[in-house]
Amino acid sequence: MEDMIQMDRTMSTQQDIKIEAKGVQVYYADNHAIKDVDVNIADKTVTAFIGPSGCGKSTFLRCLNRMNDTIDICRVEGKILLDGEDIYDPKVDPVQLRAKVGMVFQKPNPFPKSIYDNVAYGPKIHGLARNKADLDEIVEQSLRKAALWNEVKDRLNAPGTGMSGGQQQRLCIARAIATAPEVLLMDEPCSALDPIATAQVEELIDELRQSFSVVIVTHSMQQAARVSQKTAFFHLGNLVEFDDTDKIFTNPQDPRTESYISGRIG
Amino acid sequence: MSTSLLTTDARTKKRNAAEARFKAYGLGAIIVAMFALVILLTSVLGNGLSSFKQTFIALEVELPEDKLDKSGVRDLAVMSKVTTIGYAPILRNALLATLAEQGIETELSNKEISNMISKEAAATVRNRVLGNPDLVGQTVRFDVLASGRIDGFFKGRVTMESAALDNNTSPEALEIAQALADAGIMQTKFNWNFFVWPDASDQRPEAAGIGVAILGSLYMMLVVLCLALPIGVASSIYLEEFAPKNRWTDIIEVNISNLAAVPSIVFGILGLAIFINFMEFNQSSPLVGGLVLTLMTLPTIIISTRAALKSVPPSIRDAALGVGASKMQSVFHHVLPLAAPGILTGTIIGLAQALGETAPLLLIGMVAFVREYPAAFTPESGLFGEASTALPVQVYNWTQRADPGFVERASGAIITLLVFLLIMNAVAIYLRRRFERRW
Amino acid sequence: MQSLTLPLLVILGLTITGYFLAKTRALQVAGGDIRKLVSLPKQHALNTVLATAIPPLAAIVLFSLYRRLAEAEGSWLFTLVVIALAVTGFALSLIGIKTESRARTFAERWIMGLLIFASTIAIMTTVGIVFSMLFETFNFFEQYDWRDFFFSANWSPNFRGNSDLGILPLLWGTLYISFIALTFAVPIGLFAAIYLSEYASSRMRSVAKPAIEILAGIPTIVYGLFALVTVGPFLRDYFASPMGLGQSASSVMTAGLVMGIMLIPFVSSLSDDIINAVPQAMRDGSFGLGATKSETIRQVVIPAALPGIVGAILLAASRAIGETMIVVLGAGAAARLSLNPFEAMTTVTVKIVSQLTGDTDFASPETLVAFALGLTLFVITLGLNVFALFIVRKYREQYE
Repeated sequence: MEDMIQMDRTMSTQQDIKIEAKGVQVYYADNHAIKDVDVNIADKTVTAFIGPSGCGKSTFLRCLNRMNDTIDICRVEGKILLDGEDIYDPKVDPVQLRAKVGMVFQKPNPFPKSIYDNVAYGPKIHGLARNKADLDEIVEQSLRKAALWNEVKDRLNAPGTGMSGGQQQRLCIARAIATAPEVLLMDEPCSALDPIATAQVEELIDELRQSFSVVIVTHSMQQAARVSQKTAFFHLGNLVEFDDTDKIFTNPQDPRTESYISGRIG
Repeated sequence: MSTSLLTTDARTKKRNAAEARFKAYGLGAIIVAMFALVILLTSVLGNGLSSFKQTFIALEVELPEDKLDKSGVRDLAVMSKVTTIGYAPILRNALLATLAEQGIETELSNKEISNMISKEAAATVRNRVLGNPDLVGQTVRFDVLASGRIDGFFKGRVTMESAALDNNTSPEALEIAQALADAGIMQTKFNWNFFVWPDASDQRPEAAGIGVAILGSLYMMLVVLCLALPIGVASSIYLEEFAPKNRWTDIIEVNISNLAAVPSIVFGILGLAIFINFMEFNQSSPLVGGLVLTLMTLPTIIISTRAALKSVPPSIRDAALGVGASKMQSVFHHVLPLAAPGILTGTIIGLAQALGETAPLLLIGMVAFVREYPAAFTPESGLFGEASTALPVQVYNWTQRADPGFVERASGAIITLLVFLLIMNAVAIYLRRRFERRW
Repeated sequence: MQSLTLPLLVILGLTITGYFLAKTRALQVAGGDIRKLVSLPKQHALNTVLATAIPPLAAIVLFSLYRRLAEAEGSWLFTLVVIALAVTGFALSLIGIKTESRARTFAERWIMGLLIFASTIAIMTTVGIVFSMLFETFNFFEQYDWRDFFFSANWSPNFRGNSDLGILPLLWGTLYISFIALTFAVPIGLFAAIYLSEYASSRMRSVAKPAIEILAGIPTIVYGLFALVTVGPFLRDYFASPMGLGQSASSVMTAGLVMGIMLIPFVSSLSDDIINAVPQAMRDGSFGLGATKSETIRQVVIPAALPGIVGAILLAASRAIGETMIVVLGAGAAARLSLNPFEAMTTVTVKIVSQLTGDTDFASPETLVAFALGLTLFVITLGLNVFALFIVRKYREQYE
């Protein structure tokens, strides 16, 4: 363990670090859900969190943009730094934070509004557009980045809930990138999608790496192998191993990681 | 690189202010609602608590034979010829004698002195005498009711200023009353009779009680319980457990949810047209009232019973069917007992609603002035067929009367009604907590 | 009444005897060994009881209805038929007891019949409501022109006859009061629901929720008295009088305000259900984009819940329109088409009460108009309810 942290430290000097988590503990009432996790998330990289269900990977992800604040019984300790600033500092407004750290959820959750309004929602509340033309531009760019523009450009006023599952999820991604975040958190974004839609979203994630730091939680090791450059393996609330994706899948250091990727646990 | 997280930008500040405003609106709404509740309860309690107390005058009443029994042999036929008009002067004289004894001087006329005593008092004394003729010729101590104005004076409703403008009393009378109270002859004490006495005429708020109304309400609740519970449970069982999913069942279901939202007064019209005009049941009777309230309560009971049945997991039914019970047996032996607490809770809440319902009862004639306690059964009018009134209707009735003393009575009746409702709801909550089962 | 006593006593006697006889007989045919029986003795007994009691009781109900309709007198024939039915059921079910007879199946059929009958009572109630009002409304329109009823702006009943019975002023009062009530209750109820479900701490919720529920449990007569004794005089002394808007304690404002209080819990509990039906994922989506709670509520939750909330408001409106005691005690009795909210006005329900509790002859148009008013009220509220329940149902299905 000691060695691993040491290794991270050395790596962190090499790459541009976006998020730095130090000794993070999460409690749900009396349940200790995340135990002393340290992790560094690099910029312009896809980082995957894998592990068996209930291992804490989603919980940890939700700490990164303080979505756990909405749960009364949840308590977070330790430090999480975004660009060197503690996001749990009392002076930080979670609203501002979440504009920088966007999130895409497990199930597509478009608002019961038109496609246009879904994407425009974030820019509107954060005041990112000076006028209608600006807003149109943001919506178009976001939909293009989400590889959805060509499919929906003729029906921007149709309700977002009327699309297929894969389209809905890409709409949610477009919605998230419309606020111009610096980090994009994705919580099992493909678990409710069919294989074709999954492939589309995965392709998209790879594109997004150009502009953002992406953190993705996934229950599928293949997906992690396909889309990520770095992988973190969580088990029972502990961060067991964190390294380059290739390394994790070919030469895991920890026996638990090995058991998991070879299908013996989880 | 964008702005620091540690400083809040102007836009976020504005948005947070909007957030705080929005939250304040919500809190404001809660406060308004709570405030309304507090004002409502204070108003009712403030107006009504005093009805549980009443001012009495302790009089040594001489019952002269020459006035009350011309026959001299205690012949009831002769004695009952003396009406309350004959008793009134006797009470007045007794009060005058008491005043003299206490050394309280007065310039009031006989009529004004009489006005200090409730008109009901003469009837009370007369009934005592007719019930026990041997009292004639003796001097007997009576606790008689003071008149409504005197009573109001001790409860703060009547003041010297208002008395000066009042035909029925005067500041002098109030002074005498105060003197009598100082001497301990006039006392305001707990008035159990309020719960027992029937209504009184509109001159005598001090003698009006809710005895008949409570009895009438009780009868109606019995009718509702005996009809609405079995019918409601039976139809819920059918709809929830047996009904095929077809158009007819759909119609019944839509019909029940709509029936729950039909204005109560429409049920009154139904009662008037069907039960009174068509079926020729007795007007003002608890039977008709109970029938109308049954129909009103049914949807409530059905909805809660179905919810209770639905919450019993299918595995219970399967288990019973698995050991060879019929569908009917599985329902009556297993599902129904498990759903019983929920059904009971729903029934009590339905009964509580029915107990406070007023409008439909007005239309079936329950506003009538009733002084006789209704019998549960008589050969002539059948079960629950005698004219009666009910608690909420009695309240309405009293609000229509001129004497302000009746506002106090109405509020007192409401407090009683609310206490009943409170008890019923408390029982319902207790049952829910005690027997609630999570599957 | 008398004619029923004998048959009822006979039925009661036969059912009790039947119960014990059936039990004994079932044991007898089995030779004392109940294992030989297909149905248990108590099931035979139950079957006998039901077969003895149900047909004659049904006959009594049918005969009574027939007698009312045909205005026929009760006759010995009727009594005889009822008793004959009871005896037949009694005898047949007792004779039918054999070791292999399936008494349970028969008993269950009787019970099923009772269950079905019970479930039709709700339908019969609706039919009863409609017919009782339709019938008298026709009588009314035979004596009074329906155009005058629906389109006349004048309401002045005269017990000597020749009354003006136009519904418009009553409808105006009804709608005006309901409007004020809703203006008051909808924002407060909605905000209270939002605050309780999205903001309040659990301690606050545990106090405020029951308090609002208490408001819901208070009978309307209490609100009526509150309007009459407290709110009316208060509004007159501190608002109407100083502003020169009138001297009446009974007014549209009095009734509307108190009715608004009554509707707060109704609106808030309905909205609460509806707001809670909006999936958490929707909220998370908005929070995840950095929206504040109020932005989420205003721009995501409320639009998503809008159909349900509209349904709830319509249900509240239907309640306000049909409410009786508050307006009887708080609104006044004068039919008036006026805009001044501090003036006494009257409503459809008030007039139903006053026309049906007055001393006028039942067959006169002045009394019968109450049925036409009742039918109008029923149609309006039914329309609102059906529409509202339809919307709410559709809304719920969307998120199920």
